[in-house]
Amino acid sequence: MSAGQFATIADIRTALRSKTTSAEELAREHLNRIARSELNSFVTVSEDDALATAREADRQIARQGQSGLLGIPIAHKDVFCTAGVRTTCASRMLAEFVPPYDATVVTKLRDAGAIMLGKTNMDEFAMGSSNENSHFGPVSNPWDATRVPGGSSGGSAAAVAAGLVPAATATDTGGSIRQPAALCGISGLKPTYGRVSRYGMVAFASSLDQGGPMARTAHDLRLLLHHMEGHDPLDSTSADVGPTPRGAGGTGLRIGIPREYGRDLDARLAATVDEAAAVFEGLGHERQDVSLPHTAYATAAYYVVASAEASTNLSRYDGVRYGHRAESPADLDDLYARSRSEGFGAEVKRRILTGTYALSIGYYDAYYRKAQRLRRLVRQDFLDAFATVDLILAPSTPSTAFEKGALLAPDETKDPTVMYEQDIYTVPASLAGLPALSIPCGNVGGLPVGMQLIAPHFGEDRLLGLAESFQRETDWHERTPPP
Amino acid sequence: MDADLIDKLMHLAALRLEARERELLKDNLLKIVQLIDTMQSADTEGVEPLDHPLDGVQSLRPDRVTETVDRDRFQQDAPEVRDGLYLVPRVVE
Repeated sequence: MSAGQFATIADIRTALRSKTTSAEELAREHLNRIARSELNSFVTVSEDDALATAREADRQIARQGQSGLLGIPIAHKDVFCTAGVRTTCASRMLAEFVPPYDATVVTKLRDAGAIMLGKTNMDEFAMGSSNENSHFGPVSNPWDATRVPGGSSGGSAAAVAAGLVPAATATDTGGSIRQPAALCGISGLKPTYGRVSRYGMVAFASSLDQGGPMARTAHDLRLLLHHMEGHDPLDSTSADVGPTPRGAGGTGLRIGIPREYGRDLDARLAATVDEAAAVFEGLGHERQDVSLPHTAYATAAYYVVASAEASTNLSRYDGVRYGHRAESPADLDDLYARSRSEGFGAEVKRRILTGTYALSIGYYDAYYRKAQRLRRLVRQDFLDAFATVDLILAPSTPSTAFEKGALLAPDETKDPTVMYEQDIYTVPASLAGLPALSIPCGNVGGLPVGMQLIAPHFGEDRLLGLAESFQRETDWHERTPPP
Repeated sequence: MDADLIDKLMHLAALRLEARERELLKDNLLKIVQLIDTMQSADTEGVEPLDHPLDGVQSLRPDRVTETVDRDRFQQDAPEVRDGLYLVPRVVE
């Protein structure tokens, strides 16, 4: 036995350094857990590659010792391109797609020595908040298999929560890292827009998409971010800033509590966030009310901007160069329309059509430009708040994990906007491009609750520092799902 | 959200749906439009639209050849190719 099912990266590093386990033994153990798991959190398992890479890691550890992520098993959300390993985005459209190249995040984590065990399930093209929009079937929440893990990075969150991997990559467009992290009781970080390269990350909404890590602790998130971040000449929106410093987090910080975030929140969840604020006060920080007055418009503005960008990005799937192609097309229009209609699921079609509507003549100013104006106001709310506070503390989700089928019917007869409201607390920071994380802060009815911390642009150091200090004081992040 | 608008959107998006799927989608889109219409009550007079969350400008790389296109490799993912060309249904009779 090596480092234990729920070991952190830090624990595993210690075990590798003390030679109580090897990278190969770790890879085998985790691959066995994945094989036995019934969560459906993986789309593809790359066992042979993983074992070969692990053996190479062991040779390196024998030569020069363990460093970085050398020998650490991880999984990639199936939105990151992996050369030679199929990358599906959980879509029928890309069910057979084998990328000719690696995403920059994949390259960087491999260079740091991480061992990729496979690709995790997700909502199709990262569109969804429950992981029920997957061509490969829904993912179960490890805390209660009848419930959803959240989405769109539901596979990564469930896999980390169940101890199938100590860490996984994920992406967040409107909450797709923070919301599933909260519902599965793990830690997840959405970095500042541009901090982590988007090269090789299949595009959903390019002005919002941001890759980031999921793990068991904020300490591990920091280590993962260190190996994922950095300017990338291959991504023209990648920020040319230095690496995240390793500061102490600071003392006597002013923590803002947004007045507008209490509405629609389950009182039991509100109580856990309030208790978290008390923990911060106990650590010498100061609690202060702040106002983010345009919050009520954030969800609407987000769905316009994200869908508009999605309709443009997904126009590349034409059944000609790669992806699903309809059988025996009558003509070119038939080839396009049938390939796309067969290849995309219902939610993806809804977003494409919403975006097409928002961008079409006669609606462009009323919807798309209006949403972009609101986006500026939402961002300005945060900039104004950060003039008086250092960080913002908010709920991550309006409820704990909900039942499968509760918000999405297999026959698509439910109102899709009820699912959209699940992102109510996460979309504002996405629109503003701010770094934000979710860490566990309580348990309601046997299900984990997450809290969200939001920092000014490129304020990841302080964000992680505050989360680390919270996790030194509490043990919510050490709670594990029932066996 | 009438039938003509749905037809126009499906044409623009190159999608084609069965009658039942289309009806459901119309209902779904109505709800979505109700949600996004809540924006209209916000006063955005004189506010500049925000395209990029950091007001960033796209950086340019030096104009040098850094990689070449490996057509054979790229076409391995294509549904139908012949002699290095992507095949589509005949467009010119």
